[in-house]
Amino acid sequence: MLAESLFFSAVLFTIGVVGVLTRRNAIIVFMCVELMLNAVNLTFVAFAQVYGVAGQVFVFFVMTVAAAEAAVGLAIIIALFRHRQTVDLSNINLLKG
Amino acid sequence: MPHNELPLFYVFHFYLFGIIAVASALTFVTRRSPVAAALWLVNTMFSLAAMYVLLDAHFIGVIQVLVYAGAIMVVFLFVIMLLNLGHASEVNDARGMGWKLTAGLVGLALLAQVFALTRVRVPEALELPENAVANQVAAQGAIAPVAGPLFNQYLLAFEVTSVLLLAAVVGAVVLGKRRESAHAR
Repeated sequence: MLAESLFFSAVLFTIGVVGVLTRRNAIIVFMCVELMLNAVNLTFVAFAQVYGVAGQVFVFFVMTVAAAEAAVGLAIIIALFRHRQTVDLSNINLLKG
Repeated sequence: MPHNELPLFYVFHFYLFGIIAVASALTFVTRRSPVAAALWLVNTMFSLAAMYVLLDAHFIGVIQVLVYAGAIMVVFLFVIMLLNLGHASEVNDARGMGWKLTAGLVGLALLAQVFALTRVRVPEALELPENAVANQVAAQGAIAPVAGPLFNQYLLAFEVTSVLLLAAVVGAVVLGKRRESAHAR
């Protein structure tokens, strides 16, 4: 099932990238990043079936990093919302050149 | 990959959950309401958990449901409700046609690159014997094959992870604190 898993993983990752590029809602962009992490996890699990269980350990670490990232990222979004009253990314342009 | 003939039941369910995952992900990126998008993403994550189980990663499948669908997505839904998003002024957030075109081209290029990468052959010597992981799970249970390397070979990384989580918790509290109360002290 390795080839099929890699196919589904590639499609899911691409959907995540397209979502990041086409949406302006910060929370949805953030969820698209989570989707990309999930797509990579599928690749790890598929390779772990063929090349050894260490890949599953790596998925464990990826999930931990995703949890930490979600906590900090959502705190940043809440702080931004308090400051600008919006989560629309086109209104958050302080660092735009 | 295992070269023996897989049962039709197995192949059917693998494709079924894969197609559900991709369809839910497509629905997720096209929904306008953040709550609907989050729920479709939960559906994608459940299908991925089923695929993990089919790929002999039972423990990771359970963790996927508990941590991703159960904890991370609930935090997302909490924030969506806390910020009261989803009302009319916030609903339309898709970018303009130029962005969509660029995103489509980038997506196609990325897809082509990833498919080219999947054609790379890994040396045969690295492959485990057929069904090695499935046999390991059958012999030791679903958790022991993951726990072994996690607490021996990768113990340092595991301990560093706890520091990372502590830093994330402290960072989230500091960022989430109201500025007025910081000045008041």
